[in-house]
Amino acid sequence: MPSVEMKASRPLSPHLFIYRWPVTMVMSILHRITGAALYVGTALLAWWLVAAATGERAFASANGFLGSWLGLLILFGYSWTILHHMLGGIRHLVWDFGVGLGKGTRDMLAWANLIGSAGLTVLLWAVGLAVR
Amino acid sequence: MADMTTPLRRVRHLGAAHDGTSHFWRQRLTAAANVPLVIGFIILIVVVVGRPRSEVVAILGSPFVALFLILMIVSISIHMRIGMQVIIEDYVHGEGRKVTMLAASTFFAVAIAAVSIFAILKLAFGG
Repeated sequence: MPSVEMKASRPLSPHLFIYRWPVTMVMSILHRITGAALYVGTALLAWWLVAAATGERAFASANGFLGSWLGLLILFGYSWTILHHMLGGIRHLVWDFGVGLGKGTRDMLAWANLIGSAGLTVLLWAVGLAVR
Repeated sequence: MADMTTPLRRVRHLGAAHDGTSHFWRQRLTAAANVPLVIGFIILIVVVVGRPRSEVVAILGSPFVALFLILMIVSISIHMRIGMQVIIEDYVHGEGRKVTMLAASTFFAVAIAAVSIFAILKLAFGG
């Protein structure tokens, strides 16, 4: 069992309300939130697929909603959520190999995650609209 | 930094979850599979959104797209089930509630996968 001295030398956890959030911490929280949101969001995907498979009327209501400005906004946010979680996963994969953990690098990776997810979302929508 | 190793680091056999690192590995395997799958999926959604049903059915029901969607559904439902299990294990501490929520989460993931795959097969084979 750990001795008393060992317990005393352990770092204290930060007090969250007077603590300036490091970007890596924000990205860690965002990774979990986006993951949970995507878990729930699969219901939207299932609903849309079932509507398409069911018939003209069911599809019209799903398509009408998703094709509206609110629906498109949700789809745009959904795709950003996917891509942010994806890049976060790649960041974790890099860390799994024990590299990119230095102070400068990990902050750079966190910012790259945020900027990259926004850029990639716009890029994929541009590609989709071009193919369309 | 001082060495903070405690005897707890020496996990014996397959550890407290009784399945070793299988979830760790499966989560990374499905994550790697998800990268090309979700990129293709987002482009697909942008291409089909707002189109009339006949066109959407033709695109989603085509062999390549249907197969692609089924692979994505399988991969993401495995991935999201493991991910939600980690979240539940982190925040739900009562053993009864934890097991109940884990079971409910598994049912949700399986239901989403089954319903989605059935819909895709119907689009592919039944129109």
